[in-house]
Amino acid sequence: MILAATVTRPSFTGALFAGSALPVAIIVLIVLVVWYVAAIPMNAVLSQPLIDQAGGGLANTLSISWSLPRPVLPAPHQVMAELWNTVFTVAPWRPRSLLYHCWVTLSSTLLGFMLGTILGVALAIAIVHVKALNRSLMPWIIASQTIPILAIAPMIIVVLGSIGLTGLVPKSLISMYLCFFPVTIGMVKGLTSPDPMQLDLMRTYNADASQVLWKLRWPASVPFLFTSLKVAIAIALVGAIVGELPTGAQAGIGARLLNGSYYGQTQQIWAALVAAAVMSSGLVWLVGFIERQVARAMGAKP
Amino acid sequence: MIAALRHKRFAAIGLLALSGLLLWLMAHLVTARPGILFWIGVLVLWALVWIGNDALSGIRTSSPLTTRLRNLAVPAIFGLTLLLLWQLAVKGFGIPLVLLPAPSDIWSKLITSLPTLAADFVQTFLRAVLPGWALGSLAGFLVAVLCDAWGFLRRGLLPLGNLFAALPIVGVAPIMVMWFGFDWHSKVAVVVVMTFFPMLVNTVAGLQAAGHLERDLMRSYGASWFDTLVKLRLPAAMPFIFNALKINSTLALIGAIVAEFFGTPIVGMGFRISTEVGRLGLDMVWAEIAVAAIAGSAFYGIIALIERVVTFWHPSYRSRKDP
Repeated sequence: MILAATVTRPSFTGALFAGSALPVAIIVLIVLVVWYVAAIPMNAVLSQPLIDQAGGGLANTLSISWSLPRPVLPAPHQVMAELWNTVFTVAPWRPRSLLYHCWVTLSSTLLGFMLGTILGVALAIAIVHVKALNRSLMPWIIASQTIPILAIAPMIIVVLGSIGLTGLVPKSLISMYLCFFPVTIGMVKGLTSPDPMQLDLMRTYNADASQVLWKLRWPASVPFLFTSLKVAIAIALVGAIVGELPTGAQAGIGARLLNGSYYGQTQQIWAALVAAAVMSSGLVWLVGFIERQVARAMGAKP
Repeated sequence: MIAALRHKRFAAIGLLALSGLLLWLMAHLVTARPGILFWIGVLVLWALVWIGNDALSGIRTSSPLTTRLRNLAVPAIFGLTLLLLWQLAVKGFGIPLVLLPAPSDIWSKLITSLPTLAADFVQTFLRAVLPGWALGSLAGFLVAVLCDAWGFLRRGLLPLGNLFAALPIVGVAPIMVMWFGFDWHSKVAVVVVMTFFPMLVNTVAGLQAAGHLERDLMRSYGASWFDTLVKLRLPAAMPFIFNALKINSTLALIGAIVAEFFGTPIVGMGFRISTEVGRLGLDMVWAEIAVAAIAGSAFYGIIALIERVVTFWHPSYRSRKDP
């Protein structure tokens, strides 16, 4: 589909209709309209008395439904206003700033992502080289992911807290546990992707296992690595957010969600959600960007 | 030569059984603070079990039944050894219950509090996870078929779907709890939202999976869009659909349990875990985790079995020579 769009591109308007820019814009527009319309009946419980007080009428209904202080469903512009207020009008190191909470979540996400990647790659290398590990460890790695780790998150945090580890590390460990899995699975596939001819060639060169690994298996697995990393970094963010829930809501995106739900601050919840979405897509984009740079450095055609 | 090798293998497996048994006895008899000799013994026995298991995994089998038995036994022995080492470490070093309970403690708690665990299982798994998973997957599937029928929708919705599939959707949990109340309805809603996008993205990808040759053949038969969909493209999409169902099975469990952190009646797995952590009843927490793990693995396993029946034609299920 992407190929077809790039090959047959006669003009700008033609590209607009053949590509996905216009359809995406229309769907987003439809979603916004539905959102605004839905805000009226969903907020009716709160807004109806105020509307009656103001004398009814369409203008009053709209203006009151879309500007309640604690709405059931805030209108999009209210969410944007909340974002603007917490990002640009507050110094970023103050706990009232959304950027501060983003940084708290981002730091544990990145640490967990790094640890998870190292663990995942190490496990994959071990599994590829030790046959018994392949048979005995692989089923358990898969089974480990059917355990809802997020459910154990509070316990991990409490247990680590009781031996003196608090703050960044426990959250990162949850992120690590979540994101090592796609890396291991992808890298086992990637490290075994060189075909037997190439492995035979390495054997005729009298290459030992580490040379085969670094000169053949590792370069061959790079595309698999980056595909897994994109999945892993998105999951690492989820892990960090959920890891913040049971710590008693001190800081981070998860704490914003929890605080917002305790005090009925819906706009705060929605703003935190938007921030998490921006962070997630930004991180995935960053991994994709590094992937393109590495591919170019390794001699791939653009 | 080969006979000698075979003897060696059987000796290794005999060793495995013997040292496993000894390790199990030690785990039973261990009291707090044993001497250094005890730990050396444990390490030696562990190494022996490892060597035996390695030999077992290298055995060449002739019949498919013994191959399957071997493929089950190797990871099972690995897991059991880890459990025994866990028990030995906790009891031997005298680790307190509030840090890490031993497997035997967890088991006794599990046996004695079955009614509570069953109630939590019904509330979280049967009322929230299963309906949410089914509804979300079905909705994703139907929208994917709509997308396929109408190219405009696909071009508009698919980039958004790809974006949403990577977002931390579990964050909608507080909103859903606010909208649908504390009981299972809000959990179902969270699970539906979480499972929708993976299903949408995977099904759309799967519907593109049928080859050009097959599609041309269907066209030369004069088959309608619907016939092509039902007879060619949906069967070809089945591996993708089952992939999404498997991803969704774990996502659903996560969504339901996390949603319980934001408000719940006084029953449910997430509720029990967070309250028992607060009371430092770690054995109950682990019992709940064991139930969740068994339920999650069984759920996943059942889907995998159905997949094997439905997509028997897929290359990954054809019998291949054991290396």
